[in-house]
Amino acid sequence: MSRLLMCPPDYFGIEYEINPWMRMSNQSNCDRARVQWQNLTQVLEQEAGAKLAFMKPVPGLPDLVFTANAGVVHDGKAVPSQFRRPERRREEQHFVEWFTQSGYDVIALDPGVYFEGAGDLLGFPDVWFGGYRLRSEIRAYEKLSRIFSKKILAMELVDQRFYHLDTCFCPLSGGELLYFPPAFDMYAQTVITSRLEQDQRFAVPPSEAERFACNAVCIDRHVVLPTGCPETMDWLTRRGYTPHPVILDEFLKAGGSAKCLTLALD
Amino acid sequence: MTPCYNMPMASQIVTLQGHILDSLILAKVLDTIVMLGGTFTLSEVKVGTKREDLSRAIIRVEAHTNELLQDILTAIQPHGAVVEAEEDCTVTPAPADGILPEDFYATSHLHTQIRWQGTWMDVSQPEMDLAIVVKPSPFSAHMVPMASVKKGDLVVTGRTGIRVFPVERPKERDVFGFMEAQVSSERPHRHIIADIAKRMTVIRQHRRTHHGPEKVLFAGGPAIIHAGGREALAWLIESGYIHVLFCGNALAAHDIEACLYGTSLGYNLGIGRAVPHGHEHHLRTINRIRAMGSIQHAVESGLITDGIMAACIRQGVRIVMAGTIRDDGPLPDVITDSIQAQDAMRAALPGVELALLVASTLHAVATGNLLPASVPTVCVDINPAVPTKLSDRGSFQAVGLVMDSSSFLRELARELGWKG
Repeated sequence: MSRLLMCPPDYFGIEYEINPWMRMSNQSNCDRARVQWQNLTQVLEQEAGAKLAFMKPVPGLPDLVFTANAGVVHDGKAVPSQFRRPERRREEQHFVEWFTQSGYDVIALDPGVYFEGAGDLLGFPDVWFGGYRLRSEIRAYEKLSRIFSKKILAMELVDQRFYHLDTCFCPLSGGELLYFPPAFDMYAQTVITSRLEQDQRFAVPPSEAERFACNAVCIDRHVVLPTGCPETMDWLTRRGYTPHPVILDEFLKAGGSAKCLTLALD
Repeated sequence: MTPCYNMPMASQIVTLQGHILDSLILAKVLDTIVMLGGTFTLSEVKVGTKREDLSRAIIRVEAHTNELLQDILTAIQPHGAVVEAEEDCTVTPAPADGILPEDFYATSHLHTQIRWQGTWMDVSQPEMDLAIVVKPSPFSAHMVPMASVKKGDLVVTGRTGIRVFPVERPKERDVFGFMEAQVSSERPHRHIIADIAKRMTVIRQHRRTHHGPEKVLFAGGPAIIHAGGREALAWLIESGYIHVLFCGNALAAHDIEACLYGTSLGYNLGIGRAVPHGHEHHLRTINRIRAMGSIQHAVESGLITDGIMAACIRQGVRIVMAGTIRDDGPLPDVITDSIQAQDAMRAALPGVELALLVASTLHAVATGNLLPASVPTVCVDINPAVPTKLSDRGSFQAVGLVMDSSSFLRELARELGWKG
């Protein structure tokens, strides 16, 4: 059973602008955000069969809700994030606290190395992929590779709208991939196309990429993704997955969706 | 156009580590270096053997200017290229005159820099088998022979904070541009001689039109006179193609003997036979020049009217004559102290852009030892061992020609317009 970490959106809001989606003039609605988040937890638990863990929200930390950026967890070890943006650095201690209290072996990267957790590091069982340049730094992956004994292929992100790897790249449980090619430089696109056969990967159309179709949570054959992504859902269905669309528009205003709101703990 | 054989390059070692092959990061970094106008040398690529093993590449990034190098480093660092930590060089005072500290750095004939107070500084006039002496204020770094070091001189020791630069492939697409350093009696000579002539023409042109400092150095032995190359060489000098002459007592003595007696080592150069008492001619020649005080005086007074030495005096060619243990006389201009002779040869080297080493093992090897690797060098000898010895120095721009010195000089002079 998949375990996911989430954080209630009690203090969620647009309090600064650190990605192209965030605009102070386009505030999120607290009530709608709460309803959308609760709906997501229900779908994850009841439809996809996930087991959820929750951390306590903290006043003044509006993005703590995006637990994908807490760090990366694997095999009993947790490497906490070290944010590039000062606005999010205040979250770090709370994530470290949660990992520690939950009994993980917490391993820190060298000070000053930017790494934004599972937002930039995800993959298949045999190989992981690390997004770099916009938020995380490539040098983080050398140490992460040693810590987790995993092959990590670094891929350069080139579109500010898709500032984390999980906004444009979603590995599925059966080895397939959802991705948005223009978010990557040519070398990374070559890495992807050379590793996955054409029928194994779905290049999400731009209109759905902008809806954060790739910011999906895949648990076994269930894929929980934002609404407004019909072509992606159609492809998933044809590949034998069950898509679960969830309205998450309030979180898209901050540049996040289903995947950003969860951290895989297994 | 001025010949430009070895543009000093800025360079920096960087390392790249991670899954750099499968992720195409190594390819991206190398492409970026080239796209920005730099070049690279992959000094080491260590490929991980297991899936999770990291690979590692050590890359020397090179650029024509320091600004371009910095631009390239700025561009590749976000892709994980780590600039190798740099340290200043270490220096140790020389314990006594003529004695180097135990751990002194022995130089090569390649362009060399030392890192001093955080900045990479050129060491002037590269030469092999010397030491580097640093003067802190005002800063200077020179390559110094062992015998010339003074007690307390700050000598570079160890290997940190020192870097040498490989010879850059010349822009000219001629025989030197191939950088093959091969010696073979079976190679055709004609195109090689034509390329040498082209370089000499460019250097002479630049000296004449821009008063440039470029020079052609000629080091030769007495076989040139015996074999009949005297007229061609004299013509090359009179025509302004040669600007520095390194030789010993014998070349000058037999050249002047030819002028005064028409013989070389007693053989009549016209009829090719030994003449009565001819073996005394070079001794009488040397004696007369000694009586005159100098070759220059002998030329200016009209005693010597033709030949190599007369041409040199008339054209203002810088002559360094180094003596040996078997010399007769010697002539008054011969420097008999080897250390002094080396210093005099060294002092004549700045500006040398082409070196012709012809028919003299001794002077060819001595000159080769003093020259920076960047100077195109032609070694001509009938004995293949001499050009081979020169090319073994590691200078890729050493072209060896196994042929008779007279044939070489006559063919070279004809290529340049000699009608003899």
